Amino acid sequence: MLEALSYTFMQNAVIAGVLVSIISGIIGSLIVVNRMVFLAGGIAHSAYGGIGVSIYFSLPMLLSTSLFSIVVALFISVITYKNRQKLDTIIGLTWAIGMSFGILLVDLTPGYNADLISYLFGSILAVNTNDIIFMSIILFLIILILGFFYRDILAVSYDNAYAKIRGVKTRLFYTIILLMASLSIVIAIKIVGLILVIALLSIPTFIAEKFSDSLLGMMIFAALFSMFFTLMGLGLSYTYDLSSGPSIILISSVSMITVIIFEKLCKHKIFKNTN
Amino acid sequence: MQTYNNAINIKDLFFKYEKEYVLEDINFQVRENDFLTILGPNGGGKSTLVKLILGILKLQKGSIDIFNRAFLKESLNIGYVPQSTDINLSFPIKVLEVVMMAQNKQQTRYFGYSKDEKIQALNALEQVGMGEFAHRRISFLSGGQRQRVLIARALFGKPKILLLDEPTSNIDVVACGEIYQTLKELNKDITVVVISHDLSLVLKYANKAVYINKKLSYHDLSSMKEEFSNLNSNVSEIELLQMLGQCKC
Repeated sequence: MLEALSYTFMQNAVIAGVLVSIISGIIGSLIVVNRMVFLAGGIAHSAYGGIGVSIYFSLPMLLSTSLFSIVVALFISVITYKNRQKLDTIIGLTWAIGMSFGILLVDLTPGYNADLISYLFGSILAVNTNDIIFMSIILFLIILILGFFYRDILAVSYDNAYAKIRGVKTRLFYTIILLMASLSIVIAIKIVGLILVIALLSIPTFIAEKFSDSLLGMMIFAALFSMFFTLMGLGLSYTYDLSSGPSIILISSVSMITVIIFEKLCKHKIFKNTN
Repeated sequence: MQTYNNAINIKDLFFKYEKEYVLEDINFQVRENDFLTILGPNGGGKSTLVKLILGILKLQKGSIDIFNRAFLKESLNIGYVPQSTDINLSFPIKVLEVVMMAQNKQQTRYFGYSKDEKIQALNALEQVGMGEFAHRRISFLSGGQRQRVLIARALFGKPKILLLDEPTSNIDVVACGEIYQTLKELNKDITVVVISHDLSLVLKYANKAVYINKKLSYHDLSSMKEEFSNLNSNVSEIELLQMLGQCKC
């Protein structure tokens, strides 16, 4: 197992895993408390349009998907801020249009038969130094924004209407949350792929939420759980020669189910004792 | 004759969203240390009036003076307790943090809160009898306790006016009474304005009432209380509302 770490691709994978875990811990918590999981799903799938653009115009993948998702996030933010009822429809639209657009562009790319599965399920073992630099920059930005505006972001997430009365620029922070989410999703796609992005953003936070009594605590716990799942998943995939993305998610979901069962058992026990 | 300060002075207020006026010719004063209730049917313009007082909606016609100064950013003088309908109940947040949310001009502290703010928040919680819950997670509290925390949040900036939008709409009867008792205590130093449907509670605790259904009728309850006591004690809420709506005192 340890000899695996002597390979550069494995070292990169471990570093990327840790970085992405911290990012998804922070952003996943924000997405879950803001009830934006479906929204994140929409952005993740429409990011496929960005993948299509990058293949068709042979542009760097992370850059073009990032830009594409930023545009999508801004679009969603502008349309849905005043009218949250429309949110579901808009998400459905961007979800479908983005994906179709991406697939058509790939079809139109001459002589290209890409391994699309790697975008669906991630390719953590193919992470290179540039990707790691990109991830570090994003992580740095997220921590910076969060550090400066933690209380505003908390206020907007907990009670948007009240925050607005108190003079917090709610629209700005709603957009900032969306932008940070879309960039993080693009990165998470690289690691676990389009399909499983939502699980990585939501499973560790789901567990973390039970252990934390503040948003910051939830972010830290979620990042730690996420790190644990990613590294365990990597180990599993290396040892048994399995796909890395699904291995990570499998470990996460088994852990989640264990926590739920354990919680139910505990409640049951307490219930019995009090009677 | 005793002179009173006007906490809120509303003159010739008209407001419309589209073509039809929702509020017409509203004139009334809230005096300092009044306990005023705003009654009226749903869609009668109560919430619109509150939004105008808070400055969320822009004035179209007429004026609202808060402590004799024309309305600017005076809404900071008002502690507001919104209807708690859209709050994520499982949000991981401690009671103390919810109270400190009232502060928007934060001394920028990386992820943190200053000691002063914490002390001030704790004081606000103690005013509503929730001091011991400061470090609990808010999702573990009952509905009545959560409502008290929201009142503490409104008290955080030491406002002169406390404005509550249906504070007891989802709370059991006992907790309701307790909350009104707390408001009565607070009323010694602060002007209290409550939107409410709990007529029996309103009559017990408030000294003024306005009934709003597009137009406004004003009532000094202290002079009306005898009238009420002459009535059958089982007078229905509808009858009461009709009385309040019709009489022009």
